[in-house]
Amino acid sequence: MRREIPLIITAIVGFTYIIQFFVPHWPFNILEGLLTSWMLIIFAFAIWLGALNLLKVSLDKISKRSRDWPYAIITIAGFLMIAIPGFLFSGGRRFQDPGTAFDYIYQNVYSPLSSTMFAMLAFYVASASYRAFRARTKEATLLLLAAFFVMLGRVPIGDVLSSFLPEGYRMSQMADWIMNYPQTAGQRAIMIGIALGIVSTSLRLILGIERSHLGGE
Amino acid sequence: MRFQPIGKTLTCNGIARFTFKGIGLGIARDSSIIRFAPVLSFLILAIFQIIPSQAAIPEDPAFGYPAPPANVVAKDIPNDAGKSIIINWDLSPDDIKENKKFIGYEILRSTSSDTGFVIIGSATAGSSQLSDNETVDGVFYYYIVRAVMGSMFSESPPAGPAASSQQWFHLGRINTLIALLVISISIVWYIERAKKGEKLFIRKIAGLEAVDEAVGRATEMGKKIFYVPGTQDMDNVQTIAGVTILGRVARLTAQYETPLEVPVSRSLVMVTAREVVKEAYLNSGRPDAYSDSMVYYLTDDQFGYAAGIEGLFVREKPATVFYMGAFYAESLILAETGNSVGAIQIAGTAMPAQLPFFIAACDYTLIGEELFAASAYLSKEPKLLGSLKGQDFGKLCILLAIMLGVIIQTSGLYDFTKLFIVR
Repeated sequence: MRREIPLIITAIVGFTYIIQFFVPHWPFNILEGLLTSWMLIIFAFAIWLGALNLLKVSLDKISKRSRDWPYAIITIAGFLMIAIPGFLFSGGRRFQDPGTAFDYIYQNVYSPLSSTMFAMLAFYVASASYRAFRARTKEATLLLLAAFFVMLGRVPIGDVLSSFLPEGYRMSQMADWIMNYPQTAGQRAIMIGIALGIVSTSLRLILGIERSHLGGE
Repeated sequence: MRFQPIGKTLTCNGIARFTFKGIGLGIARDSSIIRFAPVLSFLILAIFQIIPSQAAIPEDPAFGYPAPPANVVAKDIPNDAGKSIIINWDLSPDDIKENKKFIGYEILRSTSSDTGFVIIGSATAGSSQLSDNETVDGVFYYYIVRAVMGSMFSESPPAGPAASSQQWFHLGRINTLIALLVISISIVWYIERAKKGEKLFIRKIAGLEAVDEAVGRATEMGKKIFYVPGTQDMDNVQTIAGVTILGRVARLTAQYETPLEVPVSRSLVMVTAREVVKEAYLNSGRPDAYSDSMVYYLTDDQFGYAAGIEGLFVREKPATVFYMGAFYAESLILAETGNSVGAIQIAGTAMPAQLPFFIAACDYTLIGEELFAASAYLSKEPKLLGSLKGQDFGKLCILLAIMLGVIIQTSGLYDFTKLFIVR
């Protein structure tokens, strides 16, 4: 029964979602919203699982003096630093309201840290591009050429350099052509494959053929 | 002298409007009339003073009534759950951009055609449609659309009766149903064939062939394997596919006694992944090697998660990293860090925007559908392999539809794209 019940629930919910897409009549029209609400409630409660696990793993590391245990202290300190002001020091307001301690930490600690991580992406793009654009094979050379035209076509100097070419063949127009035709065609082919993969996987889950996510064969 | 009335003679609430053109030309061609020019000029000016042209905006409130909207039609919104009627109308001739006085439309409703109309909504100038979403199914309603210009308004005749009702099938989605049935039937059919023992050919997927090699490498080096199941929750089919593959990888790590770590960003993924890894170790006869601490939660936050994993990679220097699931901007941050510590990396995602990053930074990448095929491919289970063949049949159908579409659309015989519109 440990596996059968989840399989039955999966099948019922899966078929319900399919039916409600095609049947606008009551009660099917409210089922999507209802199930989504249930899902959100479960997700909201599940956050405690994660939070408690984080604390447990970190405390274990500290108590056992495992490798890199000082990082666990920082993790716990960070956790408490944001949770305690949020719960206790909002001054009768909602914890996200401007001016609360939580908001102060969010604006002055969390946001800059997130932005820093995102900004690092620029450097990673440069290093990954440097490796990807080495013309080692025919395919890599094509990729390099396409990237060359697209990158130059996206900046004004591209058109300046190709101004001797007739209208329609300049860098920006070639970049547009690459993005609108070969790139779009390739991306659509991938999207079609993904859509079919999703249908196939969903069907396997609904019919109970795929059970490995439940810990089965 | 010729006066040429242009366009229409409009009547709005009993007020006639006329516009003339070509007056000057008519006078110039009739030389005998030049003598009377001053008198005629006076008369023409007088006419234009008292009769406004069609384009002019009247200043006098007596002439400020807008023309009412025409062709008001009220009907039940098709393919819905009832309780809605849609009202369409042709714009009032006064509803033009230049007419700054025109405010918009008010929609009035009644259950009787002649009395009891109350305002139920309004629409801005230029709008020709409004949905009444507060109807009672089966009750007949009449609608009046009122054009409002300044403080003046004029009303259309009552339209209707119209009653809302709910439908049992969404006719605008019949094409989706057909496609779903064709693909589903082909998948089930191939599964049945596979169950009967028919050998099905599945092309080699390099990224999945390398799973054994990647786990073996970590075993030889005595280093950890990290498995990252994406940043989305269990309601995302990519996460489910990722967790499914985790089961296969965990079985290998259990057999080779290779340390495995699964940092996750969602609590429910943690619970599911634990169950999957535990079961894999149990099935491999190594329940003692399993520990709950192999699968742990970091944070729900996208970049916090990326930072956490980056730190783990740099400190632990894993030999192998798997990225299987849904990723966003963190994909390249993770993959580049993994690359920098010299790990062999296998990625799989169905996020088209992240695929180039994984391809650039990882050794093997499962592109889109290959992620969903991985579980079947690794298990070699006939039932699962059958579903892959069904998927291929779906691709064949789409390929044929594209070719047919190109021919039909190019020849101009029929608008083939209409068949694929989903409402």
